Amino acid sequence: MILVWLLAILGAAAAAAAIAGRWSDAAPRWIALAAVLADFGLTLRIWLRAGGALRAGGWLRKVDWSWIPSLGIRFHLALDGLSLLLLLLTFSLGAVAVLASWRDVRTGVGFFHFNLLWILAGVAGVFLAMDLFLFYFAWELMLVPMFFLIAIWGHERRRYAAVKFFLFTQLSGLLMLVAILALALTHRAATGALTFDYGALIATPLGQRAALWILLGFLAAFTVKLPMFPFHTWLPDAHTEAPTAGSIVLAGLMLKTGAYGLLRFALPLFPRAARAAAPWLLALAAVGILYGGLLAFAQSDLKRLVAYTSVSHMGFVLLGVFLATAAPAGSAAAHWALTGVVLEMLCHGFSTGALFAIAGFLQERLHTREMARMSGLWAVMPRLSGAGLFFALAAVGLPGLGNFVAEFLILLAAYRVSPGLAAAGAIGILVSTFYGVELVQRAFHGPNRHGWRVPDMAAREAWALAPMMAALLWLGLYPQPVVRAAGASLRQIEQALAPPHTAAARLRAPAGKGTAP
Amino acid sequence: MNGGSWNAIAPWLALGATPVAAMLAIALRRSHRATLWITVAGFGAGLLRIRPAARAAPLAVTPLLRVDGFALYFTALIAGAALVTALLAYPALERREERREEFYVLLGVAALGAATLAASDHFASFFLGLETLSVALYGLAAYPRRDPLALEAGIKYLVLAAASAAFLLLGMALIYASTGALGFARLAGALPAAPPSLLAPGAALILVGVGFKLGLVPFHLWTPDVYQGAPAPAAGFIATASKAGVFAVLMRFFFVFGGLDSWRTVSAVVALAIASMLGGNLLALRQRNLKRLLGYSSIAHMGYLLVALLAARYAVALATATAGFYFLAYFVTTLAAFGLIAALTTERGEPQEIADLRGLFWRRPFPATVLAAAMLSLAGIPLTAGFLAKFYLVAAGAAAALWMLLLVLVISSVIGLFYYLRVMMALFAPAEEAAAPLAPLPAGQGWLLGALLAALFWIGLFPQPFLRMILGLPLG
Repeated sequence: MILVWLLAILGAAAAAAAIAGRWSDAAPRWIALAAVLADFGLTLRIWLRAGGALRAGGWLRKVDWSWIPSLGIRFHLALDGLSLLLLLLTFSLGAVAVLASWRDVRTGVGFFHFNLLWILAGVAGVFLAMDLFLFYFAWELMLVPMFFLIAIWGHERRRYAAVKFFLFTQLSGLLMLVAILALALTHRAATGALTFDYGALIATPLGQRAALWILLGFLAAFTVKLPMFPFHTWLPDAHTEAPTAGSIVLAGLMLKTGAYGLLRFALPLFPRAARAAAPWLLALAAVGILYGGLLAFAQSDLKRLVAYTSVSHMGFVLLGVFLATAAPAGSAAAHWALTGVVLEMLCHGFSTGALFAIAGFLQERLHTREMARMSGLWAVMPRLSGAGLFFALAAVGLPGLGNFVAEFLILLAAYRVSPGLAAAGAIGILVSTFYGVELVQRAFHGPNRHGWRVPDMAAREAWALAPMMAALLWLGLYPQPVVRAAGASLRQIEQALAPPHTAAARLRAPAGKGTAP
Repeated sequence: MNGGSWNAIAPWLALGATPVAAMLAIALRRSHRATLWITVAGFGAGLLRIRPAARAAPLAVTPLLRVDGFALYFTALIAGAALVTALLAYPALERREERREEFYVLLGVAALGAATLAASDHFASFFLGLETLSVALYGLAAYPRRDPLALEAGIKYLVLAAASAAFLLLGMALIYASTGALGFARLAGALPAAPPSLLAPGAALILVGVGFKLGLVPFHLWTPDVYQGAPAPAAGFIATASKAGVFAVLMRFFFVFGGLDSWRTVSAVVALAIASMLGGNLLALRQRNLKRLLGYSSIAHMGYLLVALLAARYAVALATATAGFYFLAYFVTTLAAFGLIAALTTERGEPQEIADLRGLFWRRPFPATVLAAAMLSLAGIPLTAGFLAKFYLVAAGAAAALWMLLLVLVISSVIGLFYYLRVMMALFAPAEEAAAPLAPLPAGQGWLLGALLAALFWIGLFPQPFLRMILGLPLG
């Protein structure tokens, strides 16, 4: 039931913000912040009270209501360790997005927060949905408000970017819809029951050819969202042109829905097909890591640079996901890879979200994103520049910060599978230091050639960035609680990847043991 | 005819009595308001008689009509659309025309024709229904008789519909010549013994005639002009009720006739579907006029619906349910869109250009929300009725393994997004770019549009009652 509340709070707050926006500019901001923090608190409470249930695996909370019985569609939400971590990321970045746009957004404040909360509800719905129809519903639900966010409050080329974003995600989403229906109808042909339930569909007997085609439909949606090279071209435009909050949500959360889809749906539903497709995807992941890094290095627009680093980092996520299928079933390498993926998702969310927030703070002050127009900002605003250095170092994978742990684990697994892949990944990290240093050097160091005189970080901005710093340090120095929280969920995915005759049975058994709310 | 038969065709009788009553009332004394209420009462009575009629169904009433769940469902949709159209037209007529009352007479006749098509089981009722519908629609399209665009729309529709009727008649004649039967059921029985040389041309000509009526590519040329020229409520009615009636008879014809067993017919329908999906969406891309855009969009939607028709070969129940649900969603959405244009009509005309609507959201949030929701529904975005309709359509296509068509559907609906997004972009453009003044929303219209908006979301979120109704009403 609490899962429904998480979504209902966001939905109600969205409506309240839209209405309150007619009279006041401040009210929608406070409503949005309160709603997001309330959800964060509720989610954190689930974690703190989970105790041994988390380690045992299975669902911590679930809701399973009848919705459209004629089509076998249920309103089925469930939360396990993986969903829990991603929800915490969602709500914390949601709060950051509200804080970061506090002064940035001045027109249509009510409608802005309506859209923002609606996106968060969609993202949270994706992380919770256990019915494939509901999953698709939530998946599509976040697109329209994101389109509005970019098209109305974005920068210079906002319309082009918004339309491109919408078309890419919509086309790939429709392919996934066809795949979902093909899967459900195959299941009906085999069992006679039309259902979209994850637990039922996972046991669908599929021929290798059919499984591969259906998997491709799912991969279309997930790899465009992730994004995987060569489907990434919407990303630099959307991230650059979006308002600060939009960039934070896009990079921090929306890309994660693609990774989550791979982990939760693509691998367990089609383990054999995923193994067959793995070599191609691993190669594309390696290309993406290097390509994203090199292009980031070549950018002069601060937000564009950060956007391309996302392509590179999401390459690591893709690498990790398919390393888990390429590694021998049940091996330690598979577990390392998946753990690395989860950590990378969280750390990339925080570090990139923070970098976009900083880019937004800089643009608010300087009215430019060109790094050539910056330089020497350290002397003027040492605190904001210091924060920029911190997050840039996190993005390049400095030991002690979370991204290092994540990328280290993925590289370790890569080495077990193919030293060539590990080498590509390592070169990718090397490239990342170039663009990280480049960013700090060009934006913050050097003489203050343009004579900037701008205020340093304000308290509101510090409040937005400090928790993310703390989270990255925590994930870098003591990631064990997070690793443990995700562990049981990841082991289920690994079991699903084990030889097919046992996979479905093993996966369903622990799933049934979850504690109902 | 016994009591059961009277009961079964009561909805059609009510629809038929409505224009007669309205005409008599006009002859006695002209009153716009009274005519509206007579019309609304008549359509309402037709809707109320649907349920009792369903208890008597399925039943053949005379050799011409077959009253079954399918026919009743489409008749209910058509009567509902006529009712909404009458209410939408009232304020627009009140503002613009000097002879207002005949609009409702024509509307009633058109609704009767469309509903007759939905129950038609015989070439005679097929043709009669179609002509009843068409003759009334010429008048509706050209109703503002001082408006050259409306006259153009009327003439264009007249010429093309007459041509299509000729094709249809010749097709019927060819089939009659080879089988000696006019009723669908007898025809199907006579089919195996019939000489095939006349059958295929006959089926092709019927397809051409129906293609004209549905506005399928390459028979679509009249669609944008008629949509643009006809007054918005009439255009909404043409887009919804007339197409649903024709589609219903097409579906029944192929269902009974088994026409979709011949690969020639199937490939012809596939070609029409692909051409309409892609053509409609591509042609809409460059439109600056909202009504023309909706016209091209309706071409694409009829193309989508042909996927359901083709799926009927493999999964009849799923395909009829798909068509039923798709039309429900399409009716609500299209009526909301045209209703909004009608409601914002000023003395100087309808706000037709997309540019007229720039920044509407910031000035007038409610009408803008209605139009934005209609666009999202036409594009098939979740929360709206259009999404579930598209979901159903893809399900029917996947169940029939029409992968090629589904791929075209996916690609063309992404192309379609471009222009739906363009309308949305205009609605949400910054307020200072605002243009033409728009009429204030009459209170009644506000409620009506609000109800359509609520239905649009209600069907999209809680479709179960509608689905149960549709699944319980088979062709038979």
